[in-house]
Amino acid sequence: MLSNGNLSPSSLSVKDLLWQVQWDKEKCTLCGRCCAVCPVHAIELGVHRKRFVQVPSLAEIGPSTSSTSVYQVYHGIRQKTDPAYACVGCAMCNLVCPNGAIIPLRSDEVDKLRYHINQGGQPRRRGGRRNAPDTLNLGTLDRIKFIRISMLTDPALDAGRHEFELRTLLGRVLPPEENLKLYRENGWIPPVREIYPLIIGSMSFGALSPTMWEGLQMGVAYLNEELAMPVVMCTGEGGCPPRLLRSRFLKYTILQIASGYFGWDEIIHALPEMKEDPCAVEIKYGQGAKPGDGGLLMWYKVNQLIAAIRGVPTGVSLPSPPTHQTKYSIEESVHKMIQSMYMAWGFRVPVYPKISGTSTALSVLNNLTRNAYAAGLAIDGEDGGTGAAYTVSMDHMGHPIASNIRDCYLNLARLGRQNEVPLFAGGGVGKNGKLAANAAALIMLGASGVQVGKYMMQAAAGCLGSESDRCNICNIGLCPKGITSQDPRLYRRLDPEKVAERVVDIFLSFDTELKKIVAPLGRSTSLPIGMSDALAIDDNNAAERLQIKYVV
Amino acid sequence: MCRLIAVTSDEPQSAMLAMRALDVMREGHDGSGVGLFMSDLSGPFEELKGLPILSGIFTADGVNRLDEYMSNHGFATRYEVSVRARSKTPPPGTPARDAYVIRVYEYPQSWEGLGQEEIELRLMLTRLQLRQMGEAQEDMIVYSLWPDVIMVKEIGDPLMVTEYLQLDREELKARVVFAQGRQNTNYAINLYACHPFFIQGVASMTNGENTAFVPIREYLMSRGFPGYIGYQSDSEVFTHIAHYTLHSLGLGIEAYKHVITPLQDEDLESHPDGGFLKQLKHSCRRLIIDGPNVVMGRLPDNTLFLVQDRKKLRPAVAGGRKGMYAFSSEMCGLDAAIPDRDKSKDFQPMHLDTVIIPSDRSEVRVCSQMETLALLH
Repeated sequence: MLSNGNLSPSSLSVKDLLWQVQWDKEKCTLCGRCCAVCPVHAIELGVHRKRFVQVPSLAEIGPSTSSTSVYQVYHGIRQKTDPAYACVGCAMCNLVCPNGAIIPLRSDEVDKLRYHINQGGQPRRRGGRRNAPDTLNLGTLDRIKFIRISMLTDPALDAGRHEFELRTLLGRVLPPEENLKLYRENGWIPPVREIYPLIIGSMSFGALSPTMWEGLQMGVAYLNEELAMPVVMCTGEGGCPPRLLRSRFLKYTILQIASGYFGWDEIIHALPEMKEDPCAVEIKYGQGAKPGDGGLLMWYKVNQLIAAIRGVPTGVSLPSPPTHQTKYSIEESVHKMIQSMYMAWGFRVPVYPKISGTSTALSVLNNLTRNAYAAGLAIDGEDGGTGAAYTVSMDHMGHPIASNIRDCYLNLARLGRQNEVPLFAGGGVGKNGKLAANAAALIMLGASGVQVGKYMMQAAAGCLGSESDRCNICNIGLCPKGITSQDPRLYRRLDPEKVAERVVDIFLSFDTELKKIVAPLGRSTSLPIGMSDALAIDDNNAAERLQIKYVV
Repeated sequence: MCRLIAVTSDEPQSAMLAMRALDVMREGHDGSGVGLFMSDLSGPFEELKGLPILSGIFTADGVNRLDEYMSNHGFATRYEVSVRARSKTPPPGTPARDAYVIRVYEYPQSWEGLGQEEIELRLMLTRLQLRQMGEAQEDMIVYSLWPDVIMVKEIGDPLMVTEYLQLDREELKARVVFAQGRQNTNYAINLYACHPFFIQGVASMTNGENTAFVPIREYLMSRGFPGYIGYQSDSEVFTHIAHYTLHSLGLGIEAYKHVITPLQDEDLESHPDGGFLKQLKHSCRRLIIDGPNVVMGRLPDNTLFLVQDRKKLRPAVAGGRKGMYAFSSEMCGLDAAIPDRDKSKDFQPMHLDTVIIPSDRSEVRVCSQMETLALLH
């Protein structure tokens, strides 16, 4: 800073930033790749002037000896400190650097940047995750142990050799008496799908890049058709590509309708041409990452393709309303919406709502149990991810999934409806990499299946997000891996074939791990939904709350 | 693992027959408890066949409270077998009891004209009421209150308890005898946790641990049927599922296995009743057991059945001759019970089989889950 310079309140030094770029002049080849790849232009070519003090020997000092300093220039990297260009820690610079000369490091203290990412009065918005690392204590789901191991009293099963049938039901299952009566009388029985209990949760075409979406769809199709694993994927609110709507692969797809109704014009018009029914229809009322806030696709990502599928102009932000504008009460939502969606496909497709984790989940559930059509309830806990949300919503709004799903299950069990309205849990499943253990814990707490999004992005496409506020720029379409970008220069980085391969890898390894959990518990022929006697946690309060065992 | 024996015979048999069979299988049980179920009774009970018989263990106070309760509700004692201990000292492990009650009652006059279903409901509710009273003051343990059914359960070695209680008497013979020798996996033994279990004419006993117990228990308890309570043992649910299959779903015992161990989807696709069975599998999903179990049971008409879990991880064999058949955990038990049989016809059911011995004891019928299901309409 010059002596007559001034400081603005948001003048920050590199030290004030969350991510500080460390650059090694010795290793740098000045190739420029790091600056070119940086999604937020946090670094630029720096021309550095440096003074060398050259002290002449005494013999040389004479009247003609002038300055003892020499100024030289060297080139390198300079990190910007303007909040608009703050490094996001994605470390793409490190990925592309041929010599490993550059890497962003996380600040050793709480950053000052957070007080300044609201320039122009616009609070911070970001994509990604809640950034609650839980690394020391682990999250509740990670701490749940499976303690009822079959030992001498009954033989443990062999995860590798026994036959397993680990499927779940999506759809309204009637009580046995009523179901059998209707079957005998050829009455209408609500449609029920047998699906794999790990569902790829709703990530819209628009939030995800075309290559990512294609990769996921190809992986899902391969799992179904080559490996006989009935894996399904939810579209999220963004419609569905027209060719998929008219293909046989639609049966592996859950179509989501949300408050913006984006893409539904296209879907309705494709109805007469559909070769297959979709797996189900999910009505989104809420999302775990930002409960009470609608979907948001920021203008950066609304290109021609997205605009066409969603039926909107290009280059405008697409905020969905927080609620379905035509519905004013739960009765209306449950009755009108669920029933009208059923009607669209001739009562052949299950329709269920998805809500964000909330203390009012029980009220929703109680209404659903009284509606003969509601095909299930998906609950998305506070750890759910998103393509774009206000930071305050992500960080502070919402309900953890474990106790929410447990309360709902126990309520259903009290009503005797635990087999009738399947519950699906999402939000932070596999957040610390323990996908199968988290899923099994939720299933034994009462979920019929789990929905995952972020885990798929990380494991199938190499998403850089972590629980330490790294990257998180899904919202502005600059995903350096091309996962959530609509810019062909970025999404071409992602090979859909490779994504599909990883999707298959994930499901196969998940399947093995799930068997490694349920087989020692002596379970193989049915998914152990609500098998809470197998669970324990080393926290007395959590054990009491979840009605599982407390162990130390 | 426990050991089980179920005998059905045209000739009335003493409980001793079953106990000897348990005794030869004693490597498989530890003598920590015994359960006995008898039906199709002979002797004095045969003439009183339609009247309910109460079986249980009572303290002296308990007997008084029982008498008071029963007479207040219009039940009159018609006949009683006094079970007397052979000696004052019970066998090792067996507690000294005041009274083992086996008592036949006349129905209350006010029940006259009631339908069969209502009578059956009231009998069950009376038993549950007595059980509840007994649990409060620990003075009554009631096993059954049902026509043509006697049950005794006690802690101790099966053979020694039978001899001690002189259960081998002439007036205590029956054509259907179930007995279970217990392998104790809990230190304190609750007699309500002992097999066989009984509800409205359906009885069953099980070998093995029920890993899906908690969700099944939750489901049964939420059916709104007052008899689906207890569950001191994870095996009690097998009896109740059988009862539910018969009473609530109106299906035959051939369907029981389709409820507890449904076929896998590939098999359902090609099954002649695939559509029906798929509905049954979906709607009864919470009743799927995950083994390892063998279930031996008796239906209200004295039909016997035997099923294995899907993995067939527990031993059982069926065999006998016309007029006398038995299910046994082990071959040696069957040899002890019915030595003079054609052993080549012994049958060890596998994961798809239900073995049924009809009440006329004419044959051992085996039905596979892959076959067409004879549906009740």
